[in-house]
Amino acid sequence: MKPSKEQQLWMYEHMLISRYFEESIETIYMEGKTPAFNMAKGPIPGEMHLSNGQEPCAVGVCAHLNASDIVTSTHRPHHVAIAKGVDLDRMTAEIFGKKTGLSGGRGGHMHIFDAAVNFSCSGIIAQGMGPAVGAALSRQMQQKDGVAVAFLGEGAANQGAFHETLNLAAVWKLPVVFVIEDNAWGISVSKSASTAIERNDQRAAAYGMPGHFVPGNDPLAVFEVAGEAIERARRGEGPSLIEIETYRLAGHFMGDAEGYRPEGEKDALFAKDPIPKMRAQLQAQHGWTDSDDAALVTRCHARVDTAIAFARDSAFPAPEEAMEKVFV
Amino acid sequence: MTVATKERKLTIARAMAEAIAQEMRIDEKVFVMGEDVGPLGGVFGNTRGLHEEFGSVRVRDTPISETAFMGAAVGAASDGMRPIVELMFVDFFGVCFDAIYNLMAKNTYFSGGETPVPVVLMTSTGGGYSDAGQHSQCLHATFAHLPGMKVVAPSNAYDAKGLMTAAIRDNNPVIFMFHKALQGMGWLGTEKDAIVHVPEEAYEVPIGKAAVVREGSDVTIVGITSGVHHGLKAARVLAERGISAEVVDLRSLVPLDRETVLASVRKTGRLIVVDEDYQSYGMSAEIISSVAEQGVALKAAPQRVAYPDIPIPFTPVMEQWALPSPEKIIAAFEKMQKMETR
Ligand SMILES: Cc1ncc(C[n+]2csc(CCOP(=O)(O)OP(=O)(O)O)c2C)c(N)n1
Ligand SMILES: [Mg+2]
Repeated sequence: MKPSKEQQLWMYEHMLISRYFEESIETIYMEGKTPAFNMAKGPIPGEMHLSNGQEPCAVGVCAHLNASDIVTSTHRPHHVAIAKGVDLDRMTAEIFGKKTGLSGGRGGHMHIFDAAVNFSCSGIIAQGMGPAVGAALSRQMQQKDGVAVAFLGEGAANQGAFHETLNLAAVWKLPVVFVIEDNAWGISVSKSASTAIERNDQRAAAYGMPGHFVPGNDPLAVFEVAGEAIERARRGEGPSLIEIETYRLAGHFMGDAEGYRPEGEKDALFAKDPIPKMRAQLQAQHGWTDSDDAALVTRCHARVDTAIAFARDSAFPAPEEAMEKVFV
Repeated sequence: MTVATKERKLTIARAMAEAIAQEMRIDEKVFVMGEDVGPLGGVFGNTRGLHEEFGSVRVRDTPISETAFMGAAVGAASDGMRPIVELMFVDFFGVCFDAIYNLMAKNTYFSGGETPVPVVLMTSTGGGYSDAGQHSQCLHATFAHLPGMKVVAPSNAYDAKGLMTAAIRDNNPVIFMFHKALQGMGWLGTEKDAIVHVPEEAYEVPIGKAAVVREGSDVTIVGITSGVHHGLKAARVLAERGISAEVVDLRSLVPLDRETVLASVRKTGRLIVVDEDYQSYGMSAEIISSVAEQGVALKAAPQRVAYPDIPIPFTPVMEQWALPSPEKIIAAFEKMQKMETR
C-alpha cells in the first residue's frame, strides 16, 4: 500500500508542524531557565521530552487513522498528538499550564488527553498499552468500528505490561496495533545494553501475531507497514507489532547533557534527518517546488505560532481549581 | 574520636553516593542496580562515581523492568548479597509493588526469620517543580503502612549518609526515600539547608530515631524531608513574634520514634504535623493519633499541613497552592491561637 501524493503531503505537513512545534517549545522552555537551569522556572516548567526526529513514526501510522480510532502515547507525546489531530491550541495551552488547556492545566506535557480524537498518554513506561487493548476490547464487544494503536519506546518492550498486553490482545484477537518507536535509547541506557534481542518485532512471534520491522526512519515505509497492520485489525484478524527504527535528535529531556552518546552519533543522526529527506523525495517524485515548499512551511509555522500565542495569551486557572475534577 | 577539622558540606546526592561507596569498599556483597545508575550516576546524582570505581558488575544499569529487578533484589538478598536497588521515582512503585510488599516485606516473616532480605530500596519523592502527579508524589504512608519494611527519609546530607550506611548494614529491607528538592541537584532547585557538613568517615544514623532539630517550648512541629525545612522556616518567623517552636525531624517512619514526639508535645502542648504526602490516612494522622492515644493534654486541637487529597496537578499555580509551606504552618498556628482564646 503506497501513499498517494495527497497522503504524502499530509505526512510531510504534519512532520513540519511537529518539528517546528518542538523547536518552538524548546526555545520557550529555556525562558527563565538561564543562566541557572532550574526545571521549575519559566513559562513551561517541569520535564520536557521532545520528539524531534521521530515524526515518521507518528505520521506514517496516523495517516491511516480517523478521529474515532484510539491512540495512546508516552511521555514523549507531541508528534503523535499532532498527527492524531489533537487540538493544537488547547494542547499548547496545557503545556503552558493554562486554564484553556486540554485539562485546564492539571496534566501538562506528559498527560495530554483529547477525548474528541480519542488520544491519551501516560508518563509511566508501557502503561499506554493496557488502555489501548481495553479500548480495542470495547470496540470489539460493542461491535463498533475502530482500531487502537499504542505507541511505546523500545525501552518499554522490557516492561511486564508489554508482554502481558501482547498476549491478551492476541488471545482475544483484538483490533490493536503496537508501535515501538526505537530510538535506540532509554534515557542513558542503550537498547543493546537492555534488550536481549536485537529487534523487538521478533517478540511478536512469541505471542502469535505478525511482527514488522521498519528500518531507516522512513515515513513512506512506516505508512506501508502500518497500513497493512491497521487494515488487518479492522478486518477483525487481530493485533500486530511494529518496530520502527527512528532517531531521537534531542536529549532524553531538556537539560540532558547526552554524555552517554558515542562520539559523532548526533551528527550522523542529523545527517539522516527525515524532514529534508522527505522534501527531496517530494521534489524528485512529485514535482514539489521550492515555492510550494516555502508556502507550506509558512503555513505550518503560522499554525504553530497561533497555538503558542493562544497559550501565552490564555489565563492561568485559579489555584483552587486544583480541587475540581477529581471526581465527576 | 576524630577531631572536627574543616567543614565538608555535601549535598544529599553526594552523601548517599559516599555512603554507598564506603560500604561497597568494605563489603563485596553490596551492589547497586537500577535504571541509569551506572555511567550516568543516577538521574538524581546519588550513584555518581560508583560505576567508575566499582565497574558494571557491581553497579548495574537495568532494563526498564522494575518487576524483574525488584524481585531479583529479593532473591539476591536471600542468597547472601546486599543489593541496593533504585526505583527512579517512587511513583513507579505501581509497576513492581508485588515484589516489594508481598516478597521483600514478608519473606523474613514467612521464613520464621530464617531468610532475611537485606535490600535497600532507594527512591526519589516529592514535587514542587511541575512534574505532575505521576512524578511528584511522596507516598510515605503507602510504604509505611505495610508491615515488614523499614522506611527512612532524610532531610539533610548528614542524615542521608548515616541513614544510608545504617540501611545497608541492616538485615531488613529498608526503603530509603530522598526528596528531589533536597537532593542538591541545581536543576531541581536547591534547599541550601539540606547541604550540611558530612564527616568523611563512615557512621550510622540509627534507623527509628527522630531528631529535635530546633528546640522550643510553645509548639511542636513534626515533619519529614521537605516538611522539616518548612517547619524550620516557619519556626524562624514565629520566633520573630516571640513564639518558640520546636521542630522534630522524624527521619524514620518505620520504626516510628513516638517517644521523641510525645516528649516534645508534652512540653509544648501544641502539635502541627507537616507532610507533603496526601493528607488522608497518612503520616499526619498517625502522629496525631499516637499523641491522642497517650492522653497528652493539649492546649489546642492539633493541626496538619499536608497535601490535599487530589492527584498532583501540573500547572505551577495549582501545585504551589496545594503544597505545604511555611506560611501554611504559620496559619495553622494562628488558627490554634484563635481556638485557645475563644
Ligand atoms: C515504569 C517506569 N519506569 C521508569 C520510568 C522513567 N523513564 C522515563 S522515560 C524512560 C526511558 C524510556 O525509554 P523508551 O521507552 O525507549 O522511550 P524514549 O524515552 O526513548 O522515547 C524512563 C526509564 C518511567 N517513566 N516509568
Ligand atoms: Mg527509546
